[in-house]
Order: sequence, then C-alpha cells, then structure tokens
Amino acid sequence: MTAVAERASAPGVPAGPGLGVRFRWAVTDTLTITRRNLLVWMRVPAYLVFTVIQPVIFVLMFRYVFGGAILVTVPGGYVNFLIPGIVAQTAAFASFGTAIALAMELKKGVIDRLRSMPMARSAVLAGRLVADTGRMTVTILIIIGVGYAVGFRFLNGFLPAVAMIVLAIVFGVAICCISAFTGLAIGDEESVQAFGLIWLFPLTFLSSAFVPIATMPGWLQAFANNQPVTYVVDTMRALALGGPVAASLWKSVAWLAGIFIVFLPLAVRAYRRAS
Amino acid sequence: MSQVNGVGERPAILVEDLTKSFGQVRALRGIDLSVPRGTVLGVLGPNGAGKTTAVRILTTLLLPDEGRALVEGYDVVRDAAAVRRSIGLAGQSAAIQEELTGRENLEIIGRLYHLSWPQARSRAVELLEQFGLSDAADRTAKTYSGGMQRRLDLAASLVGRPKVLFLDEPTTGLDPRSRLGMWDIIRSLAADGTTLLLTTQYLDEADELADEIVVIDHGLVIAAGTSEELKGRVGGDVVEFIVPDRGRIDDAATAIAKIGESEPLADPGSGVVSLRVGSRGSDALVEVVRSLDAAGVVTRGLTLRRPSLDDVFLALTGHAAEEEEPGGRRRGRRGARRGTDMERTAS
Repeated sequence: MTAVAERASAPGVPAGPGLGVRFRWAVTDTLTITRRNLLVWMRVPAYLVFTVIQPVIFVLMFRYVFGGAILVTVPGGYVNFLIPGIVAQTAAFASFGTAIALAMELKKGVIDRLRSMPMARSAVLAGRLVADTGRMTVTILIIIGVGYAVGFRFLNGFLPAVAMIVLAIVFGVAICCISAFTGLAIGDEESVQAFGLIWLFPLTFLSSAFVPIATMPGWLQAFANNQPVTYVVDTMRALALGGPVAASLWKSVAWLAGIFIVFLPLAVRAYRRAS
Repeated sequence: MSQVNGVGERPAILVEDLTKSFGQVRALRGIDLSVPRGTVLGVLGPNGAGKTTAVRILTTLLLPDEGRALVEGYDVVRDAAAVRRSIGLAGQSAAIQEELTGRENLEIIGRLYHLSWPQARSRAVELLEQFGLSDAADRTAKTYSGGMQRRLDLAASLVGRPKVLFLDEPTTGLDPRSRLGMWDIIRSLAADGTTLLLTTQYLDEADELADEIVVIDHGLVIAAGTSEELKGRVGGDVVEFIVPDRGRIDDAATAIAKIGESEPLADPGSGVVSLRVGSRGSDALVEVVRSLDAAGVVTRGLTLRRPSLDDVFLALTGHAAEEEEPGGRRRGRRGARRGTDMERTAS
C-alpha cells in the first residue's frame, strides 16, 4: 500500500516516469509488440504461404508463362526486367498483412486493451511496422534467391543491389503506412482486404513492374508513367541492371516522403482515436 | 482495505455530469457516479444505454465532451497516463491473441507493463494458476473454450495489479456454467479489495455481484442504490405465470387486471405475464387463480415472488432490460440471451 500512501501525499500529481525512462519504454514496448507479431506470423500457416509461396509462384508464372510473350530491351531479358518489378509488388502487397492484422486487433478489442495500458502509445504501430518490415525483407530475399535460380542477375555491382533492396523496403513500409491507416480507419478485416485489392492491384499492375509501359494504350500510359510504383520500379531496375538512376530516384523519394508525411500521422491519429 | 492516511476516503471512481455524443446520438447525457474503494458497482442497462461509452471514457479510450471523471483521484483526460497505471480493463470480447499460448499472452502483457522477463514469467504462472488455466498454459488460445478465453482475458487485465478494474459485460456470450465460474472469480477479486465497475445487461448478475447498482437508460442514470433498495422501489410482491397458448395471453391479462396494484405486464414472446400485487401476497395469488380459472385460461409455473431487478427495470423504464435499442450499435458478438424467467422457481 506504499503506492497509495505516496499518491495520497500529492493528490492529483501523477508520479510519472521521466523522459529517459519513457524513451526506453518506447523502444522495449516496440520490441515486445514486434516479437508478438512475429510469433503470430510464424504460427499461422496461411501467413507463411502468403509471405513465401505466393511470391515464388508469381516469379515462376511470369518468368515461364507470361514472360515469353513480353518483349523487353533490358540486358539479360525478361527475367531481369521482372525481378525488380515483382520485388516492388511484393513489398507493396506485404501491407495487406499490416492492414488486416490491425483491423482484427481493433475488432477484437486488443487495441483497446493496449491503449488502456501504461505502455508507450507509439509502440503498437511501430512494432507492427517493424515486424512487417522484417517479414517483407524475408520475402524479398526469397524472391531474389528464386530469381537467381531462374536466371536473374544483378548487373550493376553489390552496393547498387543493396540499394535496390533498401528502396524496395522503404517503398513497402510507405505502403504499409497507408494500409495501417486504412486498417484502423475501416476496422474490419474483410472490408480492409477488399479495399486493399481495389487500390493495390491497379497501382502495381498499371505500372512498369511487369510490362514496358509503351505497350499500354495511350490513356493508360499517362497514368502508368506518372505514378509512384513506376518511379520506384524504374529506379530499382536501374540500380539492379545499370542505367540512369537520378531522375526516377528523386521522383521516388519525393513520392515516398509525401506518403510518409501524409499517412504516418493519419495512422497515428487513427490509432489514438480508434474506437 | 486501503484507507488513505490523512486524506480521508476518496472514491476510487468519481464521475460528474459526464456527457458524450456521437454525431446526433447522445450516448451520455450527464451521468454522475461515485464508487468507494474496494466496492463493486454494477452498471445496468440495455444495449445502447451508454454503459460501454462510460467505460471507454473512464479507461481513457474516449474523450468526454463535458464533465469530469476521476479514477483513483486522477483525471481521465489530464492525467490519462496515471489513470492507465491504476486500471485494468476486460471488454465484451476476449482481447487476446489467439495464435499465442495463454502463457505467451500474459507474458507479453507483463512486458508491456514494464515487468522484467523473470517478473513477467512468474506473474503469468501466478495468474494461470489463479484462473485454472495452468494445464492449458502452453496451448494456443485458439484451442480454448469461450469461457477459458474470457478467463485468460480477465487474467490479462490483472497483470498490472490494477486498483480499479473495469469489466464491460464480462459474461456476455458465455454459457451458464462459464458464467457462474466468472462470477466466482469476480467475487474473489472483490474480496481481495479491488474496486470493480461492472457493466451488464443481466439483472441477476448485478444482483449477485454488485454492492451498489446504477441503472442507465438512454445515457442517463435513472436509478441508483443497492439491489434491495431498487427492489423496494417496485414495492411488494409479484405474481407471475406463463400462458402456453400465446393467443390467450391478452385474455389472461384482462382477467387479472383488477387484482394488482398496476396493469399486468404481458410478454407475448415468452408468454410470461406478471402482476404487481403489493403486500397482498397470497390473497392476491388466490384471486389470480380464481380469475384465470373463471376465464378458462390455462397457465403454467404460477409463482408468487419478491420483485426481481427485471421488475425494477420495467417499472423504471417502461421497457424490458434486454430490449435492443434502435441505433445501439455494438462492436463484437451479440451476447447470448439470459434464460427466461421460467428458470425461476416458486418461492
């Protein structure tokens, strides 16, 4: 009952922790939530299938089924064109997991429980994004491994290859922020999934990810040439295979920065007022 | 019990003139509550009455529009962080991670309360033991029964040793046996001196567990007091019976209309007819039997009983407690309905 006595001596003044302690808690709470999310991910076979098997099927299908019909002018042929595109698409699709998990936690009251606890307010979103980044990184490395097995090669050296992977991850996290916001704002996993399909499928396929934009009808080219997935994929491709990087890189960075600036605060706000 | 030295007894929960609207819907229209330390307050009301809104404000999940709410002396708006250090919350559904084991669920909550790993582990073991989940500790919560999941959820709300515990409809959706188990647990928590605020739609639950009851309807406290005081408001005994032939329920009501202190209440759904007869008890019972016999209405389960909280609710609000409110949107599963009054036996 010492706590009661202490409080009674200064009623109304919370004996809150200092700034340093609060920062440490923000870090440990984020890690705890990350750990929890990764445990859940490893326990659900369906999640593993989505993370590992689905992208592999995509690689094999595009490489061997559609690939022969798609003419590209990059060194090494379609497989070299494809892998950067599919890595970007996979990074974007990883955000389904973000949105669905948050929507489920919201619906089941898990988020209410966590918000009623004296833990760091930022940890649920941060832990979710960290875990999903880890998950996404695993998938990307698997795709590149499978890509290597079916003929893909980095042609531009080691550091640009690493830069390509980093860009893909940053892009994926940006999309995860959008999905975190939609997941928390919609709050129902099935609606969230449907909504994700509506915007993510067109955004990734109506880009330079799988086919050269020049093969699309003119009106579609106008969209495909000016949307962020194309900028990101073009940059990744240039990093992987060589070629001019700067122009598309700056546009990518601008878009990604814009997405973070708009959607990270929106996601945080949706978490705070989630009800 | 925690007597605060020198300051006098400050209520664990103090709510003054609290209001909250969602667009046009006025969920809370100025409620006042005061819950002394170590007592159990039952907040009783139908769906959409404002119970969950009140709990969400008190647990810092929602900001009030107006009014003041203090938990353990801390303002839920200005000192939200301090409030969070004092409370536990178990909601209407089991807020647990089904893919994790019972033990993992509790350990992670412990870590989020900033216990060290060894502390989090031993606290988990303690709670699993206390809630009869030791044998299932290392199974994923998905394999648990509904009752076990709710017990785990309640255990999770206790990891931080809260001084004030909020239970929002803790038995909604549970089968009768799990409900009784939950009641035992809630009683033992109250016996340990935890202050409890418990919302429920089940009148017998409030009757059974709460020291004080407030009845909320349409965002207002319409009555407050002990269970006995509330029953006293209805005054006197109730004659109740079932008309198996639903078509004759109105005939039955007409036949006994003159006997009671007020109009008989007939529920065409369950076939239950009840009549308040004041202190005339058995005399009234005899008259009811004669009148029904004369009218040729067959009845079952004719009883004379003390008023229940159902009667109180009906008398206070003019409608039954478990009626769905229009616009009373709820998240999560709709609860299984309590057994009908037929379960009650003659006294």
